[in-house]
Amino acid sequence: MAAVTPLLVVDDLHRSFGGLKAVDGVDLTVMPGEVRAIIGPNGAGKSTLVGLICGRIEPTSGSIVFDGRDITSMPAHRRVRQGIAYTFQITSIFPNLTVFDNVALPVQRSQHHAVGAARLRRGVLEALERVGLTDRADQTAGELAYGHQRLLEVAMGLSLKPRLLILDEPTQGLSDGEIEGFIALVREIARDATVMLIEHNMAVVMSLAHRITVLSSGKVLAEGTPEEIRADTHVQAAYLGTPDDD
Amino acid sequence: MSGHLSARDDMRVWGLHFGLIALLFAAQYVLPDYHNGVIARVMVLALFAMGYNVLFGYTGLLSLGHSMFFAAGLYGAGLPIYHFGVHPLPAFAIGIGCGTALALLVGALALRTTGVAFMIVTLMFAQVAYLMSLWLGEWTRGDEGLTLSRDERIIEIGPMFLDMTNRDTRYVIAWALFSIGLGITLLIARSRFGRVLVAIRENEERARMLGFDTFANKLASVTISGAIAATAGAAYVLLFGYMGSTFASIQYSILPLLWVLLGGAATTLGPFFGTLLMFYLAELSNDALNAWLPDARLNQIGIVGVALILLVLFFPKGLFGSIRERWLKWLP
Ligand SMILES: Nc1ncnc2c1ncn2[C@@H]1O[C@H](COP(=O)(O)OP(=O)(O)O)[C@@H](O)[C@H]1O
Ligand SMILES: [Mg+2]
Repeated sequence: MAAVTPLLVVDDLHRSFGGLKAVDGVDLTVMPGEVRAIIGPNGAGKSTLVGLICGRIEPTSGSIVFDGRDITSMPAHRRVRQGIAYTFQITSIFPNLTVFDNVALPVQRSQHHAVGAARLRRGVLEALERVGLTDRADQTAGELAYGHQRLLEVAMGLSLKPRLLILDEPTQGLSDGEIEGFIALVREIARDATVMLIEHNMAVVMSLAHRITVLSSGKVLAEGTPEEIRADTHVQAAYLGTPDDD
Repeated sequence: MSGHLSARDDMRVWGLHFGLIALLFAAQYVLPDYHNGVIARVMVLALFAMGYNVLFGYTGLLSLGHSMFFAAGLYGAGLPIYHFGVHPLPAFAIGIGCGTALALLVGALALRTTGVAFMIVTLMFAQVAYLMSLWLGEWTRGDEGLTLSRDERIIEIGPMFLDMTNRDTRYVIAWALFSIGLGITLLIARSRFGRVLVAIRENEERARMLGFDTFANKLASVTISGAIAATAGAAYVLLFGYMGSTFASIQYSILPLLWVLLGGAATTLGPFFGTLLMFYLAELSNDALNAWLPDARLNQIGIVGVALILLVLFFPKGLFGSIRERWLKWLP
């Protein structure tokens, strides 16, 4: 492990909103190929933390190093080009465009320069295939069922060919069947990308995560393997024991 | 607009656009004198509208200041001819250059804002430009304006002799510029750049998080839009020989918005038909008013306003937006 450089190193990261310390001195190291789950009660600062990592939100202080490079003050769109992709907690697609066009955007981004329309098309269909939306390519994205919209968003993230894919509560609102398919999808994604997963569904977390970081009130409460976290009494008190956060 | 067009749709799109261009070319041989002049003017103003549509329709940014770009083209071309006897061809290029540079500058400043603030900032800039055209009355003669003489509107290079006071020459030049403008908007609408502009219009935050530099893309859109508007302005002064402050006034910022709304925002053909329709609508209502109420001295703008409200109510997406929605999904 020591020989491998971490993909992501977050050092003493802070972000306040007014007086509220949403992220309060977080340290985090993610290794390449890892699936890292971030859990914690609502308002713990999970979305803010990943927002800082992908550049949507500016930190009050602290640093973020991605693949050996300090990206703390890099604008969000350039971080995407470095290989950080983000899917929103609240589904964010282009509702008036077709499913095809939604995915064509990240595909054309990841293909860098103008390549033929045929290759663009192939890239789009490939991504749709992976999430199982090929049949719906011509449908208007806003008319998709909610679960399919979430999958579309994952397809958009995938199409960027990211090295770090951040998924913010991707299974929220999905049916059990859809969740099962989703777990298989993330396993497949994790074969060639590092994944950061914010997730409330503990079954999903336990079956996917290599390591888990528990956040509470903007601080890291615990970090470890799923087994270690399950056994941690602090975590149980702070989080696992409070069913209303599910 | 979709990157998913079948080869057949592709043919239809090109066929339709070339068809319109061919039709407009042929029209000069059959149109009576008066309508020939109208269509030439409509084609130049439609170029203005197409420029406006790049920013408003495709990028979703509502500018209330496009008169300044049109006027920059108008004065940028017209004043050097009038005051310094510059040849019309380089003057035309100067006009386009002025409008493009102004658009780049205004864009860089105004794009720090969004939504209503963007509307107001563009309006303020245009208001400054309008006042400048009045303050510099010694050069522009303000509202009264300046007319170019026939000698100043002749382009003669080698065997090429273009007299822009000649009806047919004027028509062909207007037609050529219109066709180029239509071609450019069609290419933009179907390009990757166009898709990014639409993405910004639909969900800017999402576009940014897909790795697109939204500011740079919006700035490119403002600049292209301003450049096309300036081209229309520069063409206008050469073809019709007049420049005046009215063209820098708020009226000429609102008009392209109305033309585009009427014809259909984010459609390639909408701006032309919107401009055309509005012109004849205004004229018809004027005639009708004069016939029915000869003494009332009603303002035709009132009728145009009512017609527009009805259109927006029943065709909120404009003529071609509605056609696309209901019948021809493949329209760009
Ligand atoms: N843009 C914002 N402005 C003000 N407060 C915010 C903002 N975003 C998040 N917060 C606050 O920061 C805390 C952490 O929020 P968030 O990161 O969304 O938590 P989580 O994703 O863990 O539920 C919450 O108390 C939330 O209300
Ligand atoms: Mg959250």
